Amino acid sequence: MSEAVSALGNASFEGFATVRELGPMGMITLRARHDLPALTKALQKVLKAELPERRRIVSAGEVRVGWMSPDELLILLPHADVTARVAALTKALGTAHALVTDVSDARCLFAIEGERAAEVLMKLAPVDLAALEPGELRRTRVAQVAAAFWAEEGGFRLVAFRSVAAYVMGLLAHSAQPGSELFPA
Amino acid sequence: MSTRLARGGRLIDRSRAVDFTFNGKRMRGFAGDTLAAALLANDQMLVGRSFKYHRPRGIVAAGAEEPNALVQLGTGSRSEPNQRTTTTELFAGLAAASQNHWPSLEFDVGAVNAAASRFLPAGFYYKTFLQPRAAWKPLFEPVIRRSAGLGRPPEEPDADRYEQAYAFCDLLVVGGGIAGLQAALSASASGQKVMLLEQTPHWGGRAPVDDVLIDGRPAADWVADTVAALEAAPNVTLRTRCMAAGVYDHGYVLAEERVADHTPGDGRPKKRLWRIRAGKVITATGAIERPLPFAGNDIPGVMLASAVRDYLVNWAVSPGDRVVIVTNNDDAYRTAIAVHRAGLTVPAVLDARAEANGALPEEVRSLGIPVLTNRAVAKVKGGKRVTGVTVCAQAGEGAVLDSFDCDAVAMSGGWSPVVHLWSHCGGKLIWDEAQAAFRPDPARPPITHDGSAMVAVAGSANGELLSADVLADAIRAVGGEGEAPRAQSPEEAPTEPVWIMPQGAPPALRSKMWLDYQNDVKVSDVQLAAREGYESVEHTKRYTTLGMATDQGKLSNINGLAVLAGSLNAPIPAVGTTTFRPPYTPVTLGALVGEARGEIFQPLRRTPMHDWHEAHGAYWEPVGLWRRPYCYSRPGESHSDAVAREVTNARTKLGLLDASTLGKILVKGPDAGRFLDMLYTNVMSSLPVGRCRYGLMCNENGFLMDDGVVVRLSEDSWLCHTTSGGADRIHAHMEDWLQCEWWDWQGYTANLTEQFAQVAIVGPNARLLLEKLGGMDVSKEALPFMHWAEGTIAGIPARVFRISFSGELSYEVAVPAGQGLAFWQACLEAGAEFGLMPYGTEALHVMRAEKGFIMIGDETDGTVVPQDLNLGWAISKKKADFIGKRGMERTFLSSPDRWKLVGLETLDGSVLPDGAIAPAAGSNANGQRNTQGRVTSTYWSPTLKKGIAMGLVHRGTDRMGEVIEFPKIWGGVVQARIVDPGFYDKAGEKQDV
Amino acid sequence: MLILECPYCGVKAEETELSPGHEAHLKRFGPGSSDEDFESYMFARKNPKGVHFERWRHSYGCGKWFLAARCTATLEVFGTYPAQTSEPPPDIVARIKARRPEWEGYK
Repeated sequence: MSEAVSALGNASFEGFATVRELGPMGMITLRARHDLPALTKALQKVLKAELPERRRIVSAGEVRVGWMSPDELLILLPHADVTARVAALTKALGTAHALVTDVSDARCLFAIEGERAAEVLMKLAPVDLAALEPGELRRTRVAQVAAAFWAEEGGFRLVAFRSVAAYVMGLLAHSAQPGSELFPA
Repeated sequence: MSTRLARGGRLIDRSRAVDFTFNGKRMRGFAGDTLAAALLANDQMLVGRSFKYHRPRGIVAAGAEEPNALVQLGTGSRSEPNQRTTTTELFAGLAAASQNHWPSLEFDVGAVNAAASRFLPAGFYYKTFLQPRAAWKPLFEPVIRRSAGLGRPPEEPDADRYEQAYAFCDLLVVGGGIAGLQAALSASASGQKVMLLEQTPHWGGRAPVDDVLIDGRPAADWVADTVAALEAAPNVTLRTRCMAAGVYDHGYVLAEERVADHTPGDGRPKKRLWRIRAGKVITATGAIERPLPFAGNDIPGVMLASAVRDYLVNWAVSPGDRVVIVTNNDDAYRTAIAVHRAGLTVPAVLDARAEANGALPEEVRSLGIPVLTNRAVAKVKGGKRVTGVTVCAQAGEGAVLDSFDCDAVAMSGGWSPVVHLWSHCGGKLIWDEAQAAFRPDPARPPITHDGSAMVAVAGSANGELLSADVLADAIRAVGGEGEAPRAQSPEEAPTEPVWIMPQGAPPALRSKMWLDYQNDVKVSDVQLAAREGYESVEHTKRYTTLGMATDQGKLSNINGLAVLAGSLNAPIPAVGTTTFRPPYTPVTLGALVGEARGEIFQPLRRTPMHDWHEAHGAYWEPVGLWRRPYCYSRPGESHSDAVAREVTNARTKLGLLDASTLGKILVKGPDAGRFLDMLYTNVMSSLPVGRCRYGLMCNENGFLMDDGVVVRLSEDSWLCHTTSGGADRIHAHMEDWLQCEWWDWQGYTANLTEQFAQVAIVGPNARLLLEKLGGMDVSKEALPFMHWAEGTIAGIPARVFRISFSGELSYEVAVPAGQGLAFWQACLEAGAEFGLMPYGTEALHVMRAEKGFIMIGDETDGTVVPQDLNLGWAISKKKADFIGKRGMERTFLSSPDRWKLVGLETLDGSVLPDGAIAPAAGSNANGQRNTQGRVTSTYWSPTLKKGIAMGLVHRGTDRMGEVIEFPKIWGGVVQARIVDPGFYDKAGEKQDV
Repeated sequence: MLILECPYCGVKAEETELSPGHEAHLKRFGPGSSDEDFESYMFARKNPKGVHFERWRHSYGCGKWFLAARCTATLEVFGTYPAQTSEPPPDIVARIKARRPEWEGYK
């Protein structure tokens, strides 16, 4: 039995903000219409979590549930819990039309932290960071790849695809270089 | 000579000397100098040679509009061509070199072009070099390349870092003069999010130089207070050294910030490209003074009047002891006052107007300076430096009335509003007769997403040249309220347009009147173009190259089109302007590239085993953005040796392939089967759970677009394998049809490509390896060919697919990506005793070609239907509909005359050239030889010890055994026999054991 | 560079977050259709200078296809709406008519 490893072995970079690769993080894609009653029930029963509003990410203990599209949620949870939760969610959804699948290994997760963390993302994503609302999950691109991020205590979390983890780390490190702060102290 | 004055200089710090070099000569300036100011302070008026005639050229302007004073800045990995000395801030160790001369700036051989200037008229490229055509490449082009051209491109990789950043605001104000400051101040009061950009390092624009008083105090004080107020406002962002380069759709503005241009090597990014999205844009970009066209107006020492003033006031630099002023307006009299105040001499002000009785001319007269009206410069005297002027009547033909010795001439032809940003996205202009200038037409602004005006203009960019009007206009532009600060500056009499000086100048004078300094275009060139029939300003521009240099005609455009209008006897607005295009001033490529260099030039997709491949000799092949090992070369082994070894080993023992890049898309739902039946040409709904089926996907045209093995996972879910490059495209294709055509069907997709590492275990010993790793029954009985099973292998959760792309006994094992490397290593360790070797994509290709299997992108090119590839067996006859069915029913796609896939076997055993085309008898309507086929895949087969190939050949399947010829690249032909493409184990016995 | 609001997730997305997808409201013609109908479905695309209806995918966002009504000459956007419609919704049509009285209408 081998241990699962994250894409970059938790690499990190110290610049004017701190960049860390996290994981392995458990992630589940759940596709179902959000107005499906079984969905709300399944989330409550299996994860003790509420259905997030449009473009929001909600937390329940160690679990995060993010709104990805009108019929898609991304669930973040401890890696060890994934298999059991996929099974439980599938069971709870019963015969309703839904798709629940483990995507933990298809993604990578980064933390961008520090008072100037937003300046790192301002260089990479066509997003008005100042207008990012608390609990907002923003899907967009960073430079040339798809990503999603949201604010958390001390900075931001960013999810991207696993195959481009090294590219994303390169982008974040380049953008956090000391001396390249966007605004005066 | 030009020199540093003993006192003054509002922008320099005399306590901080800065050493630099020009053409290797050591010079000294002060902190706060521009390079141009420092050069003038060191009496370096001559800074370059002109483009065509190699005439000596000096500094003309003091800002972004400078056409002449371009230098090669820096050396080695920090070398940049065509840098404007007037906008380059001086720093210690700066090394500048003049451009476009040989062998030296002082003595230039190319200057003979000037003597031959009558042989280099407008359009000389087109006229001179039409015939003989053969002489272009060896003769004309090298000569032109040597004599023309500006700086040299850097030869070393750029040592600096660049980046981009996104910004969002309600209002973007471009220009930090008093108009921009006032506009930002008024807008900030309304709570809008405001960004204010200034291209220079300083706020305030011209007002502090021009003695403007605002609310009774010097303009500089008002500027300082206003900047402080804006800096204190939480909703305002200010940025200097930041040039708005272009305005685009929906309020998108690109701006280049010169972060560390003046502090090279301090670790900061050299430049930053801002990608700004503004609700509305105010352009407060000011105005640019026009030169006057008189003979010899390009001799070093002839400068814009405003620039002379700037150098005196801002940097305490005198361009000469005796400065003659020539003008058609009152503003230039400020320069006479400034020169006088500096203790220098103004021998005369030559005013082309009949009268000059405004406040400024009167003040000049009161200083004892002669003011001569209806006067013009007949000719400037001097070569590398002005030595004097001869004077004539503006109304006449140039008869010399007088002359003055001087070492500088300050000229002013009036002011042109900077309308570039207004115009970039479609804003229109109107001709302002009173000021003889184009200015923005408020009735026809560029518009944004909701149909409202996207850009407004404020201040002298709007044609308001008096300070009091400028401030009021700025408040109006932002829809602000309240009184404007009270600005005081003398009233000015109207400008009188002067497009040729003197107005009746004969050809000898007109051929020395420069319009475009950088591209060497003269009044006589534009007049010649008009005589030759050029009426459109856009055509004249290209024919004469007027305004096509790196300065984009900032000084020359209006004068040029006025001369054209005069020659055509048409009003100026009827001739119109050329199109203003971004960028306003050149943006360095590094800023446009931003972070996308080196390791992060583009996203490189890595499989979980990527680093292992890298460490084990992988020679990489790009597949989409993935890198896949082409082969693993051992020491002393060529790539082709390695491929042959890998093929033979997989065929005889055991091979291992990283197949993680294969697309894997999960499709689930009550209608998933029905949906896949529409997507694939064959039937997928009938596939039993536990089984695999090869499928083809076509587009609506019927052309083959992807293929792969489809797996039935459960009653309502299928896993679709796509080609390596195709996963994202096919996933998007599926979503398109689900969302936009069959939106009432219940089906969900999930792209799981990266969730799994996939390893192909290939060869006669494949089963032995899996049995040794243990955990699943992979026997022929438990897991037959084209079946799959789920379980655990080597302690890792796995799905095992019994599929083969090589023709050998083969298993493809999918494990979670996070355990992919562990599984790969477990295979290598356990497989040693079975002769296991990893193989790359080329061995994969050779083996599939030996089997006659097609590859999307080799056998297909977007015009090939499955039937062309003899894949009709995979097209359902039963289904009423599938994507592409109607398309392939078209007669030309079902015609027997199509090119069909066949095998090709060379008679001499050699390998056919890739992509070779077989000619046929006769020629087509274009006189080209007819063709009858082409090679789509060609390899050396180490298994069969000969060259094998596949190709599409006209009616190929009916021509088995026939021999056709393919030309070789370097001459000669190869004969190839048309055969069945199944070269190896046609019956498929080896894979089904 | 355009900004279009995705009607599904509400993001005002800039063009680099989107993928274009040609003309909207095409009717698919499959097996059994005439050559003329199939040709018009496959190849005959409107290319007006003025009001136009287009498909866009919020490809770097929620992944959904949506439709946009805009003026190809001025880039004015009259509105965006979900892809699950076979013709422009009445509110969009009304907005276009208000802004472009001379517009001859959809089809």
